[in-house]
Amino acid sequence: MKPTDVSNPDYFHRVVDCQWACPAHTNVPEYIRLIAQGRFTDAYLLNRESNVFPGILGRVCDRPCEPACRRGRVDEKPVAICRLKRVAADYKDDIAERLAQIPQRKNGKRIACIGAGCASLTVANDLLPLGYEMTLFEKQHEPGGLMRTNIPAFRLPANVLNEEIRMIVDMGMDLRLNQAITSMRGLLQEGFDAIFVGSGAPRGKNLEIPGRYDDPAHVHIGIDWLESVAFGHVNSVGRQVLIIGAGNTAMDCCRTSLRIGADNVKVMARKPLTQLKASDWELEGAVEESVEIIQCHSPKEFVLQNGRIKGMTFEVLEYYDDHGRQKSKILGEKFYPADDIVLAIGQENAFPWIERDIGLEFDQWDVPVVDKQNMQSTRAGVFFGGDAAFGPENIIWAVEHGHQAAISIHKHCQGEDLNARPPYGINLSSTKMGIHEWSYSNSFDPAVRRLVPHVSLKERFKKLDIEVELGFNAEQTQVEVERCLNCDIQTVFFAPLCIECDACIDVCPTNCLTITTNGEEDELRARLKAPADNRQQPLYVSVALKQTGRVMVKDEDQCVHCGLCAERCPTAAWDMQKSTLKIPYASDSPAAAPVRRRA
Amino acid sequence: MSFMQKPKVSHSQLPRNELGLTVRDYEGSMSTLCAGCGHDSITAAVIQAFWELSIEPYKVAKMSGIGCSSKTPTYFLSQAHGINAVHGRMPSIATGANAADRNLYYVGISGDGDSLSIGLGQFIHVLRRNLNMLYIIENNGVYGLTKGQFSASADVGSKAKKGEVNQQPPIDPVIAALTLGGSFVARSFSGDKAQLVPLIKAGIMHNGFAMLDVLSPCVTFNDHEDSTKSYAHTRQFYHPAVHADFVLSKKPIRTAYDDGEAMPVELHDGSTVVLRKVSKDYNPTNRAQAYSYLHEHQKRGEIVTGLLYIDEDQREMHDISNTVSEALRDLAYAELCPGNAALEETQNLYR
Repeated sequence: MKPTDVSNPDYFHRVVDCQWACPAHTNVPEYIRLIAQGRFTDAYLLNRESNVFPGILGRVCDRPCEPACRRGRVDEKPVAICRLKRVAADYKDDIAERLAQIPQRKNGKRIACIGAGCASLTVANDLLPLGYEMTLFEKQHEPGGLMRTNIPAFRLPANVLNEEIRMIVDMGMDLRLNQAITSMRGLLQEGFDAIFVGSGAPRGKNLEIPGRYDDPAHVHIGIDWLESVAFGHVNSVGRQVLIIGAGNTAMDCCRTSLRIGADNVKVMARKPLTQLKASDWELEGAVEESVEIIQCHSPKEFVLQNGRIKGMTFEVLEYYDDHGRQKSKILGEKFYPADDIVLAIGQENAFPWIERDIGLEFDQWDVPVVDKQNMQSTRAGVFFGGDAAFGPENIIWAVEHGHQAAISIHKHCQGEDLNARPPYGINLSSTKMGIHEWSYSNSFDPAVRRLVPHVSLKERFKKLDIEVELGFNAEQTQVEVERCLNCDIQTVFFAPLCIECDACIDVCPTNCLTITTNGEEDELRARLKAPADNRQQPLYVSVALKQTGRVMVKDEDQCVHCGLCAERCPTAAWDMQKSTLKIPYASDSPAAAPVRRRA
Repeated sequence: MSFMQKPKVSHSQLPRNELGLTVRDYEGSMSTLCAGCGHDSITAAVIQAFWELSIEPYKVAKMSGIGCSSKTPTYFLSQAHGINAVHGRMPSIATGANAADRNLYYVGISGDGDSLSIGLGQFIHVLRRNLNMLYIIENNGVYGLTKGQFSASADVGSKAKKGEVNQQPPIDPVIAALTLGGSFVARSFSGDKAQLVPLIKAGIMHNGFAMLDVLSPCVTFNDHEDSTKSYAHTRQFYHPAVHADFVLSKKPIRTAYDDGEAMPVELHDGSTVVLRKVSKDYNPTNRAQAYSYLHEHQKRGEIVTGLLYIDEDQREMHDISNTVSEALRDLAYAELCPGNAALEETQNLYR
């Protein structure tokens, strides 16, 4: 293998699994260390830099970081990253003074955002400090978009939502509530310098089977129904409820039902339990509240009696493997009684208000064509982000779209090339403080993952907006932060210093180091000191060593970053260096420099 | 050394041996030697060898004297028995322990000071006795614990860290063992585990005294440019003469060894050491040839390594003394102490 090119910022970034997996590349290990030091405000601000809504995301993020967490490979359960983020938000002080200054003198560019959800708010958050005038159009009477309408208050309390939205709104924007955009052509004529579409994926999928429209009062589209509950238009439901679909929306629907009158809720899934779309923790939340999840049932027809929904008939399926393809066969039919039925089988974006003759192309599925990197549509100056861009995703993706769109809008307004993206960078600095001292907590803590305490089952149903999760207390936080392996403290190797004494290899607790003759990757992986079968994780290969011409190979997979290799190295060929990823934002572009200075 | 203990966490797919143990189960406490010490590598090789042989740690007795080397038994097999003896007197203590329980695996760790200076007399006699044990000399040419004076194994012309040159000829434990009738004579290098681990395994399983001299650079006092026991010097003049593969009895020996270059030697317990000759003119079963080969290459400054001599038929101490096969503690009291009449009878033999 060729020596690993560690000058490419991607290499060490990738070692920080959580940060690499996060769409917004939140610096997780650093904020966990800040929490460990009790610097909650600093931890919050570090989070806010990349993910903008730490309090919200600390509760409802889909947390792609956690399945990626190295701790999960070494020790079964990943670090409770998401819950620690909430700790930072819960215990922070007032941060008003530490937010970006908004220049008094504007730069003369006016930007319109359609929708005031997470994507548009991120765009505003990034562009307001640069002197842009932002106008946000929101069809509801409150900003927040999906975060407000689709996430029930028992998971995300209104005060948390309001606080983080207010931080951005208070930067000074023209927020036009109750104002739905009905024509893109009309908006284009208003002379904005750029338009950002962050209108979400507001159309819940329907189920076109017999009986669907015979009792419309008792058959609901999941996301619309959740919205009606959120705004108080709906405050009751029948005692027996069937939720069709088993994604995260279904989990919110079933748990909401239990809080407004239902006492027998079943989630009906087409697929087997092992293949449900809902995240594990959301499933756990539903199961904890005695929701029954019924697998392998495909809806056949709505059953009515005297014009009133009585239940639904399902086809019971069995799945089998047909030459590597999953197929199903029908075993029979079964009827389930219900007073109300909620359809939570997915959602899509819909743009009836965008004229199709204004130079904005739609693809074969009637979805706008959007550049994945710069977020621009086929019409210059019109950008998309969040669910509106590529269909339903998570909040954290919408935030990242917002950051990228903000960079693009800024470039667009300053006449720069949209495709010349500002580069990522990585900074390395040694953490060595003394012979056996490092500036991070390097010893491995064998503690198991802490569980977040919940409000008791007796209490939580009393009101719709009692937040179920209580968040970590001080003791739990103290333990959980130490579970982080500090993957951003990189093992950096300087081959010319190595005397091949084997000290690092002998001391490594997880056997990730080997000195051996070089070879092709497959063959090399087969003869490392510990099994190196995880191809997702790179090998760090040195140049040929001075004395024998062999190479140092590190399998990054299960390194616990304890620093013992560097402690044992007599020549300091290994060092533990903190890598800090430099993430580019709109404010980093050259054109923003004068504004930054003024601010 | 490190202030931190080695974390208990290990690789999630770490292989297990026949006893269901991982290599981590054979570790001891954290080394307090200097970072980069060759001794720590030898410790790791010992751990690897016992793990590969699937020997229960409680069936092992670790013996040592005084010195950096003699600290190392603490760093492996924490569940084994052990005695840390007075300086240079480990062979006597090991003899006593072995006499009392011949069914344990004995591993003695000594150094060039402990074996070749203060303990040379003990070393020579335990060789002669052919005590059934593995005896490792961690050889770095200096007294590390007392700040790096030359030891008895320092080569003529080798420079100390501060510049003085060694004038006295070295005692070579390999030559000594060969000439004094050693039944298993080997040399290796802490920086070559591919060679060292099979030699340790063969030494453990050898029936008799297995003398293994391991060059083990002292990073603090003897790893500089003009040292002849540094990592760089050892690698430059390294001359492996015989490579030994250790094969447990249960595994069939592959026919690939029949090419004349390789020679299987069956050990007492039925396992086999397959010797692959790197130099064609070398015969590891001929003491005189081995001696002259070593002598010749030594003149050129080369460091000859490998399993240099083996004689599996030589009788060990218990065979010579015609002792019982059980450990003494397993004998009934009446057998162990047959009483005054028996004593009388024995004494009468000498009257």
